[in-house]
Amino acid sequence: MEIRVVDVAKDFGRTGALRGVSLGIKDGELIALLGPSGSGKTTLLRVIAGLEAPTAGAVFFDGVDSTGVPVQRRRIGFVFQNYALFKHMSVADNIAYGLNIRSRAERPQQAVIRKRVQELLDLVQLSDLGQRYPRQLSGGQQQRVALARALAVEPRVLLLDEPFGALDAKVRKDLRRWLRELHDRTGHTTVFVTHDQEEALELADRVAILNRGKLEQVGTPDEVYDNPATAFVMSFVGDTSSVAVECVGTNLLHDGRRFDASFAGLCQGPGRLYARPADIEIGSPTEGRLLGRVINVHRTASGRRAQVSVGSDADVVDAEVAVDMALAAGDTVGLVVIRGRVFPS
Amino acid sequence: MSKHKSLLVSPPSVITEPPLARAVLSAAALAFLTLFLILPVVVVFTEALAKGFRSYFATFADPDALAAIKLTLIVAGISVPVNTVFGIAASWAIAKFEFSGKSLLITLIDLPFSISPVVSGLIYVLLFGAQGVLGPWLKAHGIEIIFALPGIVLATIFVTFPFVARELIPLMQEQGNTDEEAALTLGASGWQAFMTVTLPNIRWGLLYGVLLCNARAMGEFGAVSVVSGHIRGLTNTMPLHVEILYNEYNFAAAFAMASLLTLLALITLAAKTLLEMRYGDALARTPRH
Amino acid sequence: MNLRLKQPSVLPGFGLTLGYTLFYLSLIVLLPLAALIAEAARLGLSGIWQVASEPRVLAALRTSFGLAFAAALTDCVFGLLVAWILTRYDFPGRRFLDAAVDLPFALPTAVAGISLATLYAPNGSIGVMLAEFGIKVAFTPGGIFIALVFVALPFTVRTVQPLINEIDRNLEEASATLGASRLQTVWRILLPMLAPALLTGFALAFARSVSEYGSVIFIAGNLPYVSEIAPVLVVIKLEEFNFPGATAIAVIMLAIAFIVLLAINLTQAWSRRRFGHV
Repeated sequence: MEIRVVDVAKDFGRTGALRGVSLGIKDGELIALLGPSGSGKTTLLRVIAGLEAPTAGAVFFDGVDSTGVPVQRRRIGFVFQNYALFKHMSVADNIAYGLNIRSRAERPQQAVIRKRVQELLDLVQLSDLGQRYPRQLSGGQQQRVALARALAVEPRVLLLDEPFGALDAKVRKDLRRWLRELHDRTGHTTVFVTHDQEEALELADRVAILNRGKLEQVGTPDEVYDNPATAFVMSFVGDTSSVAVECVGTNLLHDGRRFDASFAGLCQGPGRLYARPADIEIGSPTEGRLLGRVINVHRTASGRRAQVSVGSDADVVDAEVAVDMALAAGDTVGLVVIRGRVFPS
Repeated sequence: MSKHKSLLVSPPSVITEPPLARAVLSAAALAFLTLFLILPVVVVFTEALAKGFRSYFATFADPDALAAIKLTLIVAGISVPVNTVFGIAASWAIAKFEFSGKSLLITLIDLPFSISPVVSGLIYVLLFGAQGVLGPWLKAHGIEIIFALPGIVLATIFVTFPFVARELIPLMQEQGNTDEEAALTLGASGWQAFMTVTLPNIRWGLLYGVLLCNARAMGEFGAVSVVSGHIRGLTNTMPLHVEILYNEYNFAAAFAMASLLTLLALITLAAKTLLEMRYGDALARTPRH
Repeated sequence: MNLRLKQPSVLPGFGLTLGYTLFYLSLIVLLPLAALIAEAARLGLSGIWQVASEPRVLAALRTSFGLAFAAALTDCVFGLLVAWILTRYDFPGRRFLDAAVDLPFALPTAVAGISLATLYAPNGSIGVMLAEFGIKVAFTPGGIFIALVFVALPFTVRTVQPLINEIDRNLEEASATLGASRLQTVWRILLPMLAPALLTGFALAFARSVSEYGSVIFIAGNLPYVSEIAPVLVVIKLEEFNFPGATAIAVIMLAIAFIVLLAINLTQAWSRRRFGHV
C-alpha cells in the first residue's frame, strides 16, 4: 500500500510538533523516519497510524483520504517501543487478539486462528513459546511477539516506533538484521522511527530526516550521506566538522584570509563549511591552508584523530590522522579540505 | 496555512470513551458520591443549625458538653504524642536496619486495622476489667483503668498507634540511609544525625501521620464506648456524648457536637490534600491507609 | 524474632529504638491480646461452638458477613467508577471530590452514624422520598447496607486509583490498532488488569465492613434477628458481664475475617507470579 502525507501539521498546545510535512511512501518500501528527539518523527508516525489527529493536512492510503478514519479501521500494524504486550494473556492469546475481537461475521474459526498464530510464531522464531506469558520472555522475544501480533491482522502497513530502543546493543543489532530479512520475505510497506542514524542507514530503503517538525530531506542512505540537502542533514548523518567561513565569489575566506578547499554547494556571504573527518587532511601550515592548532590526538575505534582548533572563532575540527604521522598537542598545522560542502548561515 | 484540509472530521481519541459514555459515567459517579458522601456531611450542619445559632452555641455551654470536649482533648493530647514517639522509634528501627522478623513486626503494627473497634475495647476489658485477668489486683490497689481515663487513653492509643508508623516506614525506607551515614562521617552523633538530617527529611510525612492519628484519636467511638462506661460528665468523650444526646432525642445538640467533629474532619482532609499537593514527593510514594 | 542485625550497621540507636518498639507493642498490643487468647483458650472450641450456635448469634453473624459482602461488592463497582472518572476525566471540582472520597475515613463513625440515621429515617430527607415507594431503610438491614457502603468506599477507590493512573496508554492504543472498539478494550484489557487491585479493595472493604460499629448502630435499630450485627452482640454480652460470650463472638469474627484475607492474599501471590504485577 502506498501512503501519501500531505502538508500535515500537529500542534500540542503551544508547541508545534509537526509543521507542514509532506511525504510519499512507496508500496513495499522500508522507510526510516530519522531525527533527534523532539523532531516530530514519532508524532508523524502516530498521525499516519491514526493515534493522533493532525491539526491540518491529510493522510492518503492508496489514494483514499483516510484522515478521518478511526485507527481501528485503518488496518495498520503498530509496534511500540516498550512492546505493549497484554501481560495477563499468553503469547498465543496476544497474537490472536486482533483476530479474536472481530465480529462474528468477520472472525475466522478457532482452528484457523490457532493455525495462523503458530505460523506467526514460526515466522518470528518463537515456535514453542506460545503458552508462555510476556513476563517470562526477554525484551527481544517480547518485541518479536509484538511484531507477530501486529502481523496477525494482515495490516496494509507496518508502523514501528523506535522498536529496538528498549533493548541491549547486541540484541538491537541482531533484531535489526532480522527485521530486514523479515521485510524482504513478506514485502510489507514498513515505516519505522529511530533516532539512531546507523540503524536508519543500515536498514532502510529510504530515509526521511526530520528536524523540529519539518522534513529536511528524503532519500536513499547514499543520497542523504553524500548529497545532504541542508546543514542539519549533513551534521546529523555521519560525523562532521565545520568552520565558519565567508563566501566571496567562488572563494572561501576564514579570518579574512582565503584558503584552498574542494567543496560543493553555493553561498554568498556568511556560511559554514562542512566536511567529514576523513576528508580533512593535516599538513604543514603553508599559505593557502586553513591554519589551526592541535588540541589533542587520540585513538578511535578505526584509527587516529586529531582535534584542531581553528582560528579565533575557536571552531574545533576533527580530522583523521595517518597512523604513522608525528603529531602532538600544540603543533600548528594547515588543514586541507578535500571534499566539503558549504551552506549559508 | 495548508491548502489541503481534510474533509472528514478528526477521529476521536483512542484512549478514552466516546463523549456520551463519558457523560453517563460521570453522572452516575457524581450522583453516587453526592448521595453517599456529600449529603451526610451537609446534613450534620443543617441539623445542627435547625434551631438557630443561639441554640447551637448554647449546646457548648452545657457542663457535660464541655467536660466531653475537655476529655477528648486530653485523650488526644496524650495518645497522639505518645504514638508519634512510638512511630518514629519503630520506623527508625525498621527502615534503617536489617533484621529477621521484620515482617512479623510490621504485621503486628498493622494489627489494629484488622480488628473491630469493639474488639479493641474488649481486649482491654478482658485484661483490666473487674472480672479480668488483672482486675482483682487493680481493685486491691485502688487503681481504676476501665470506666476511667486510663482505660480510654489505652484504648485510643491501641486504635491509633499505627498511623504515624505506617506513614513513616515506607517514607524512611524510600529515603535510605545515605543522608544519615554522610552526617556520621562528618562527625555527628546518632542523636544529632536524627535531629538535623532525618527529622527535616520526614517532617511532612510526620505531619501527615500526626494529622491522621489525631483525627482518629478524637473521633474514635467503638473502642472507647466499650471501655468508658458512659459516665456523663466524667468518662464521655465527644463522640460518646453525641451518642447520648442522640439517644435522648436531643437532635440539635447532638448534631451541634457532631459539627465540631465534622469540622475537624474537614480541616484534616484539607490539610492532607494541601500536603499531598505541595509536598507530594516528600511523602511516601505508597502511603497505606 | 532474631534481635541481632543481619548486617552490621554504622547507624546507632538500633537497640534503643527496637527495644522501645517491642516494649510498647508488648504493653499495648500483645498483653491485651494475650488476655483474649487466654479467655478463648479457656472456652475451648466447644465453648466457642456453643456460643456460635445460639440462634441470635448466628443471625448476627449472618447479618454482619452477608451485608459486609454485599456492601464491599457494591463499593467495588462504584469505587471503580469513581476512581475512573477521578483519574481519567477532568472537570471543575475534581480535586475537591477526590479529597471528599476520604471523608468516611476521616469522619468519626458516630457522626456518620447519626447523620445517616437522620437522612434515612422515615421523616428524613431521603427516607421521606423512599417511603413514597414503600421502601423502608431505617431499622432494617437496608440501613446497615447503606452505612457500610459509606464506610468502606475509600478502601476500594484508593486501592484501584493508583493502578488506573499507571495504566500504560500504549496498551489501549495497541488494542485499538488491532481493531478493538473502546468497549472491547475496556472489557478485555483494562478490567483484567485492574482485577487484582479490585480484589484487594474488596478484601479491605469487607474487613472494614465486618468490624464496623459506630456508623451502623444508629441506623440499624439493632433489632435482634433482623438488624443486629455481630459487634453489637459483643457489646451486649459485655454489658451483661458475659465475658466468655463476648470473647467467643470476637474470636469467630477474627477467624472468618482472617480466612477471607488469607484467601485473597494467596490469590494475589499467585497472580503476581503468573502475570508479574499486582
